[in-house]
Amino acid sequence: MIFAQNAIDAVSLGAVYALAALGIGLIFSVMRLINFAHGELIMAGGFTLYGLVAQPLLVVILAVLIVTAVLALGMERIAFRPLRKANPATLLISSFAVSYLVQHIVLMIFGSRAMGVPFLPELGTSVEFLGLRVPRLQIVTIITTLVLMAGLVAFFRFSRIGLQMRAAAEDFTMARAVGVRANRVIAFAFAISGILASMVSFYLVAQTGSVSYKMGVNMVLIAFVSSVIGGMGSVAGAALGGFLVGIISVSLQAYLPADLRPYRDAFVFMIFVLFLFWRPDGLLMSRADRDRV
Amino acid sequence: MSDPVFRPLHTAAILIGILLAVVLVATQVAPAMQRTVIEALVKLIVVVGLYIFVGNSGVFSFGHVAFMAIGGYMSAILTLSPERKHTLLALPAALEALQLPWPVAVPIVIVAVGLIALLIGWPLCRLRGIALPMATFALLVITYVIASNWQQVTGGRQALVGLPRFTGLWVAFGGAVIAIVVAALYAMTRHCLMLRCSRESEVAAAATGIDLERERLIAFVLSAMVAALGGVLFSHFIGTITANSFYLDLTFVTLTMLVAGGMRSLTGACLGVAVIAFVAEVFRAIERGVSLGDVTIAAPPGLQEIALAVILLAILILRPEGLLGSYEIGLPRRHAADRRVAAKQEG
Repeated sequence: MIFAQNAIDAVSLGAVYALAALGIGLIFSVMRLINFAHGELIMAGGFTLYGLVAQPLLVVILAVLIVTAVLALGMERIAFRPLRKANPATLLISSFAVSYLVQHIVLMIFGSRAMGVPFLPELGTSVEFLGLRVPRLQIVTIITTLVLMAGLVAFFRFSRIGLQMRAAAEDFTMARAVGVRANRVIAFAFAISGILASMVSFYLVAQTGSVSYKMGVNMVLIAFVSSVIGGMGSVAGAALGGFLVGIISVSLQAYLPADLRPYRDAFVFMIFVLFLFWRPDGLLMSRADRDRV
Repeated sequence: MSDPVFRPLHTAAILIGILLAVVLVATQVAPAMQRTVIEALVKLIVVVGLYIFVGNSGVFSFGHVAFMAIGGYMSAILTLSPERKHTLLALPAALEALQLPWPVAVPIVIVAVGLIALLIGWPLCRLRGIALPMATFALLVITYVIASNWQQVTGGRQALVGLPRFTGLWVAFGGAVIAIVVAALYAMTRHCLMLRCSRESEVAAAATGIDLERERLIAFVLSAMVAALGGVLFSHFIGTITANSFYLDLTFVTLTMLVAGGMRSLTGACLGVAVIAFVAEVFRAIERGVSLGDVTIAAPPGLQEIALAVILLAILILRPEGLLGSYEIGLPRRHAADRRVAAKQEG
């Protein structure tokens, strides 16, 4: 029974990690940018929730979606478009700068203390299900993630721009040569990653009941690890990596001896480094990323 | 001495001369200003340490702040008084009773960190591509998690207080001189040349028989030791040490300094520290408040960090190679032949 409980925890946490990792993996696949500022999209979504929590639910959801998507597009336009030809390390540094910038703007406006947000407190209650007590938040998370992923798959498969994004991920130069418009594809990728980030904001705020200017940092570190494990540049890999990291985190939390439990994240990152030796390119490496000489 | 091989030494001598002038001026100013100069000198040590690896190999490291933390905690444990260790920590009796004078403790710490870096770097430097920077990132997170939870040795989330505050102007200057000289001496070795070659093209380097893993490891260990020196002086400058001060913020600031000045040049690393420290100081003053007549206008906290981020972004976009690119300050070059050799060396 405890195992089943842990399994549900692992899947729901994995689902959130997968959403965060997808946002990072998607951007990497089209422009080789590891977007550290993804955490700030999550944070901005959280603060929008904080501001509008008294409004009707539909308004709140729409507003958060719009804010994160617009912020993602703004980041791309201001900080990343001028650097499109730079190497991945420079891009990573610039996303570091964007993250630091947004964090401190929020710090300046709202202060450094965490603030409580009463967002859908009923999500915190549990339902009895085959003898298990499952928090509603976990059920909502798993369902939302599955729906979003199905939507993404359909988008990549059936829409014109989705097809172009897949082409761009495969070989950007070639895609441009056959008429894919770079700015449009990249803008779409950022908008989608913003929307994915907003889902993580909802989860984090509902789960912790608070927002703070550093709320995105831990999530983005985990998302990094997940997307690298899955294979940078592979969108399916990012999702897979997210679920794997979720499972590993929950297992460590459940089965580590109590005095080692505070070190859970250190173990996660240790396993990550070991994994890098085994498969430095991740589980599902995209063909376009292999070195050609 | 006019042989181009010695050029890094000329650069080092000029940089040290400039620093000496700064320190001499700083001895005459108010203590608050002196503290700013000391802090900048300590950051300079770290950034030069970072430069030894990042600048020469072209591979970003997010893990050097972890070596600062390891160095800082080690020297705290070696120099704190036994009574204080008894109340703050739960160390083995022998380690608790041990209290070394700092000139003995610091070299021991640096050597120990070198060994740790060797142990960590040996597998790490085998990684290629984006995997290596990601692994250094993991190193930072792991160190942070351990430092903020290992109650018995690091004090956990509590700060270790009461470290002997020996980092004055001249000690900080001495540390900066050591860092610069180490970087310059390393730049004169063939190991550095081979590493720079691999920076330009890994494939070409491998084809000429360069052992990439070994060259990276040498630079990694050296730069970790210099960064640790910075970490030690940093903790003994503030007098306290917490896990939080060695995490993402410090990583960001040191990387900004390196990238701003030009990560491919020692002069650039030093210039970056000077520029960023100056900007930070200006904005810190604005945050404290500016008097205009009888009104004082104070900016809200956070402005300093915002300014740093904007400057870094502007430099990345306008001058992706940093302010100086790969230019090194040096003696005027007299002969065209010299220049050709130098061009070959750099290019």
